Amino acid sequence: MADIYAYITHTGGVAGDSSLEMVNTAKKIDAGAAVTAIVTGSGADVDKVADEAAASYAKVLKFNTDALAYPNAEVVRKLLINVLPKNAIILIPHDTFGMDLSPGLSIKLDSAFVADVVGIEEVDGTSMKVIRQEYSGMVSTHVTVDISNGAVVNVRPGAFIPDESKSVGGTVEDKSGDAGDLSVNRTFLELVEAEVGDVDITKEDVLVSVGRGIEDEDNLEIADDLAKAMGAVVSCSRPIVDAKWLEKSRQVGTSGQTVKPKVYLACGISGSFQHMGGIKGAPFIVAINKNVKAPIFQVAEVGIEADILDFLPELTEAIEGL
Amino acid sequence: MEILVCVKRVPDTAENEIEVNGDGSDIERDDLVYSVNEWDNYAVEEAIQICEKVGGSVTVVTVGDDESEEVLRREMAMGADNGLLLCDEAFEGIDGKQTATLLKAAVAKGKYDLILTGAQADGGAGQVGGMLAAMLDVPYASLVNTIDVDGDKLKVGREIEGGNQEMNDISMPCVLSIQTGINEPRYVGIRGIRKVASVEIPELSASDLGVDLGDAKVKRQDYFVPEIGEGAEMLEGSSEEIIAKLIELLKVKGGLK
Ligand SMILES: Cc1cc2nc3c(=O)[nH]c(=O)nc-3n(C[C@H](O)[C@H](O)[C@H](O)COP(=O)(O)OP(=O)(O)OC[C@H]3O[C@@H](n4cnc5c(N)ncnc54)[C@H](O)[C@@H]3O)c2cc1C
Repeated sequence: MADIYAYITHTGGVAGDSSLEMVNTAKKIDAGAAVTAIVTGSGADVDKVADEAAASYAKVLKFNTDALAYPNAEVVRKLLINVLPKNAIILIPHDTFGMDLSPGLSIKLDSAFVADVVGIEEVDGTSMKVIRQEYSGMVSTHVTVDISNGAVVNVRPGAFIPDESKSVGGTVEDKSGDAGDLSVNRTFLELVEAEVGDVDITKEDVLVSVGRGIEDEDNLEIADDLAKAMGAVVSCSRPIVDAKWLEKSRQVGTSGQTVKPKVYLACGISGSFQHMGGIKGAPFIVAINKNVKAPIFQVAEVGIEADILDFLPELTEAIEGL
Repeated sequence: MEILVCVKRVPDTAENEIEVNGDGSDIERDDLVYSVNEWDNYAVEEAIQICEKVGGSVTVVTVGDDESEEVLRREMAMGADNGLLLCDEAFEGIDGKQTATLLKAAVAKGKYDLILTGAQADGGAGQVGGMLAAMLDVPYASLVNTIDVDGDKLKVGREIEGGNQEMNDISMPCVLSIQTGINEPRYVGIRGIRKVASVEIPELSASDLGVDLGDAKVKRQDYFVPEIGEGAEMLEGSSEEIIAKLIELLKVKGGLK
């Protein structure tokens, strides 16, 4: 079995949630593996994160240099090409950084790439069988990956249970001197924070959230009316913002806001993982969708098979009549 | 600027309920409505807008079958200047790396300053752009939601978690994957499609491209629908009954103020 590595993302001196989740991903690949974590960055944060990772990984390779101050995927890819052995299996979170980093890394390492893995089924010799999803999560697939030359495995955040035991007591090795040439043709300039909107959906207890099922900008009115009747606020999925029907600050999801309401009414939203990734605190989710097979029904508490264009106005009227 | 945009014909999930077929070997393909991958459409619009500003031409390319020609024509009706269809029976069941290998061969037949792909397509992998960049040894940026041309460089914004934006300078030639929302793709009417209906679209086979694809390293074995948790309790009955039940639940859970 090839050596398994995990790339640890971090912000503000704290490892991302995927750090502990990938411990379990690695165990599913090889229960007895001594997994090596890779931590890159610059300054005291890196030391902190490396020490934190050592509680869960047998070995931590630490790369602390100015060139790695911001996780520019082009630079990190170059580093990994310089330091990873051929045929390594490397686990990377499937977030906006991992999506940037990994496909090209697999080409340079001449290994297999598999994106957005939600489960590991089995490893049989040089064949690894994983579970993925397609069509925004409407169907799942078993995929075999030829790992004879190693593999870059992008792991969906939240798909594996975090290993909280933190009892490995691994060693940290400072490998900064081995980083090699890190010059690239893409330069990080700055981070621009998302604009603040007229309402702060992250502070609301009750959200009426609309998705592509609302079909037309004019129909947003029926969601507004319902929200008013309920004393709630309207939020939405990404396509509504892409269409410029609502402000970006109303978008729930990994590339939008993280909300923690008590009640979440998902109206005409299919339930993609990027959308659900923005809903925390286990709210009471009611899904209203005309397709009984929509993935949102797997995660909602209560489901209603209905056309929202008919159902929402009826619900509004009933609530107004209370 | 010479821009190549890689596009794909996919089942339109906004129009279809995607279901697994009887033996799990495929999705149910009968009556599926296909369209151009949503992300790719934004990429084509962006390419057209760049050329409107700085001059140049846009070529759309797809790896597909005969039917894929329709998405090339649609994007040409939008304003792309040229189409290119990579089509061969040998392309069936290929993985992302093999797709990128074919595109690399197509890139070698032209001279492009900028190559765009959608951030992801129906498979949700988001892999072809990054692989292609690595094969071409040019820089890559994914999930791009702003592009400003600055001489032989581009200033690009990448959309990251929380809707924050990461600004980068990137030298050309380069590959960018485009995130939805970067622009407002123009409407394509029947008239526009008719205008390009008879434009010749060159077709290249595996041998025309001179590539040896080898074996796919990543292979889909089946489709299935997983049993996740208990699933939602579905409210049944007339709509009055459903609404009455829902209101009771909302009251209990603090959903009504
Ligand atoms: C990097 C990245 C980040 C992303 N970030 C986010 C994010 O932050 N937030 C986000 O939401 N998405 C995000 N996405 C997009 C995500 O993958 C999905 O495309 C998106 O969530 C789909 O939105 P939707 O559910 O509204 O639309 P769809 O998936 O099209 O679903 C529409 C649903 O409405 C139902 N419907 C249609 N008409 C009706 C009707 N009349 N009545 C009832 N039901 C109806 C349909 O059955 C379907 O289930 C991201 C994608 C990427 C690649």
